[in-house]
Amino acid sequence: MKPHPRPTRLAGAAAIAMALLAIAACTPSSHPTKPIASPGSQASGDITFWHFFTDRESAAIQGVVSDFEASHPKIHVTVKDGQDDEKMTQAIAAGGGPDVGLSFSTDIVGKFCQSGAWQDLTPYIKRDKINLSDIPTPVLNYTQYNGKRCTMPFLNDAYGIYYNKTMFAAAGIAAPPKTLDELAADAKALTKFNPDGSIKVAGWDPLFGQYENSASHFAPMVGAKWLTDDGKSAIGTDPAWQQLLTWQKQLVDWYGYAKLTKFEASFGDEFSAQNAFEAGKLAINMDGEWRIASIQADESKVDYGVAPMPVSADRASAYGSGYITGNVIGISRGSKNPEAAWEFIKYLTTNTDAMVKLANGIKNVPTTFSALKSPNLSADPNFKVFLQISSNPATSTTPPSGAGTTYQDDMGAFVDKWQAGKVPNLAAGLTQLDTQINQALAIAG
Amino acid sequence: MSATDASARPGLARPRRRPGVTAPGSSTVTPGPAASRRRRTRRHYLTVTSFMAPALLGIAIFLIFPLGVALNSSLHKFGILDAPGTWFGLGNYRYLFQDPFVRTAAWNTLWFVLVMVPAQILTGLGSAMLLSKFRRSSSFYRTVFYLPAMIPTVAGVLAFVYVLKPGVGPVDTLLSKFGIDGPLWFNSPSWSKPSLVLLSMWGIGNTMVIFLAALLDVPLSLYEAASIDGANAWQRFRNVTLPTIAPVVLFISITGIIATLSFFTEAAVAAAAASGQATVGGGASGSFGYPQESTLTYPLYLYQAGFPQNLLGYANALAIVLFLVTLAVIAVLLRRSRAFTEGAS
Repeated sequence: MKPHPRPTRLAGAAAIAMALLAIAACTPSSHPTKPIASPGSQASGDITFWHFFTDRESAAIQGVVSDFEASHPKIHVTVKDGQDDEKMTQAIAAGGGPDVGLSFSTDIVGKFCQSGAWQDLTPYIKRDKINLSDIPTPVLNYTQYNGKRCTMPFLNDAYGIYYNKTMFAAAGIAAPPKTLDELAADAKALTKFNPDGSIKVAGWDPLFGQYENSASHFAPMVGAKWLTDDGKSAIGTDPAWQQLLTWQKQLVDWYGYAKLTKFEASFGDEFSAQNAFEAGKLAINMDGEWRIASIQADESKVDYGVAPMPVSADRASAYGSGYITGNVIGISRGSKNPEAAWEFIKYLTTNTDAMVKLANGIKNVPTTFSALKSPNLSADPNFKVFLQISSNPATSTTPPSGAGTTYQDDMGAFVDKWQAGKVPNLAAGLTQLDTQINQALAIAG
Repeated sequence: MSATDASARPGLARPRRRPGVTAPGSSTVTPGPAASRRRRTRRHYLTVTSFMAPALLGIAIFLIFPLGVALNSSLHKFGILDAPGTWFGLGNYRYLFQDPFVRTAAWNTLWFVLVMVPAQILTGLGSAMLLSKFRRSSSFYRTVFYLPAMIPTVAGVLAFVYVLKPGVGPVDTLLSKFGIDGPLWFNSPSWSKPSLVLLSMWGIGNTMVIFLAALLDVPLSLYEAASIDGANAWQRFRNVTLPTIAPVVLFISITGIIATLSFFTEAAVAAAAASGQATVGGGASGSFGYPQESTLTYPLYLYQAGFPQNLLGYANALAIVLFLVTLAVIAVLLRRSRAFTEGAS
């Protein structure tokens, strides 16, 4: 073989050397946080605030931001809506990002606290003597990771069941189900089929993946645990998961998986006026408290009630609890004005009037006892059910993890196969899932 | 012999010098042929390198450097927010070969390479051949056939998902009038991939235009000669058209395979739209692969691992493997291409 001519060899070697040098030189700059100001200092300046809400909910946020600016004339807030977790993560990683960020859920708490993407708020909380006992314990737990509090709770979402009162009355069912067995029985009684055997109205769609149906949201019904105390997967060893999945599969088999899948395919989008519950295709549906505002905004004619999620028969005392997830808010590590950012966060998360105004506007659940007891909070009886769910001591959420949504994604893929009948041995499958999740957790940063 | 000729004057004969040898007492060096050749060669190489430098610089900055960073990153474990992380050696690669999602994603991507690329070539070539036959209004038909390629990808996918919506979309509605129970299309694990292939065939405009240009470049005299020899339409296509456009077919194949190995947007948007789930706040990656990981391609999984799952070191390992596989596939294709294209020359 003819040897490469010298210039090509030289050029190649130079390129590689340059690349190696560039790699060696590319160490990320550190992000020293500014020392916090002494107590009583007045914050001032401009800050940016990113959140994920849009349309009607974004307008509600803007109202509270304007109130903050009115009471803090030296601070100006520039708001950017429609910013999801992925956009915010990428912006912070690139050295930018907002001064204050609002995240959709607790899924980012682990990675943001661990990596320092959001600053440790403990010094500010201690300096300003924030009363953390005004925040429910589950909420306090999901806003910190490994003892580091990098977020404050903004509002939270509580899940319950919405039921169609008209359909219940027609079927002679007096009250919403309290146990899983009652839910299954009601689902069968409320279901209607077309002449060709296809589903016309489903009493309850048990399939994972439909709207808010997920293992995360179902887990509190049986008290299933995700992670052990040392952060490993508990799915294979906690019998509650087998109990839940067996119950769910029995109901799927009653309907027929193919029929359910075809029925689901005809649903409208979750956040549209064609939502299956609003359109009368589902008699019972699991959803969050925001559905109350959506039903009003969509001008749906559905006559509905709200109840806590049913629980397994052996956990009857836990009835009234449910699943919550929170919007969390924090200060980006690259913030140029952390004092003004903290002042804004403190207002949004501890000022009762601000929190009540937000909760009423967005129809989300406030996260302090003071706001929950406020006489100004919406008196809607359906909304009150979610307030009770949120403050129930047995209510739970998905634990934060340094590997983000890995364990939930892996579980989601597993239950997809399970409900389609592709897992021959549930116990073995869950044990294998444990191994898979633990391997993924091990390679997390 | 002239009077000035030194050899004509006794005692004044000039000594003969060997080439490259300095005459005693002389202060100048006369270069020999070898030294001159070396200088000329050096100048030549310098000229060549100067002209190549911009391209080499571009390759270094946009290929070698990112590749180097990706390789280095794949040997660490970290998330996007805590780069460069800690040294992990080959741990990410060891996990890659155990990860069941990699098997699923790789299989889905291979499926698209084996089905979508040939489908696109056949559709592009077929529609180009059809268009090349039009005498009247050819511009109109070319525009109509090309239009779908001009629609922005996301808008096109959303429209397609609606058109194929089970039970209520226009296609299923039409099928039901003929008594046919349409499939679940994007909502069925068996039909989701074929639905994406249909989508890619609908937007085949760019491939069609390239084939059309190649077809119009086939010398008519070859067709006439073939006709005189008694060749039918299939024989003319096989023995005249195909060998002549073979380099174009190879080009479309290679670019199609590269594009399919990076298949991302259409699969992501179709999954999000078909699932009907809200993606507000969390980003669209929650619905990747819907339904049942049937549309989870390798690049989608790479994105999911890197960002929502915060495993950026692992995502870089996935990217390196994808790069090597793509290189290997292209190398094999180019080796085999000689046999395929020698008829064209």
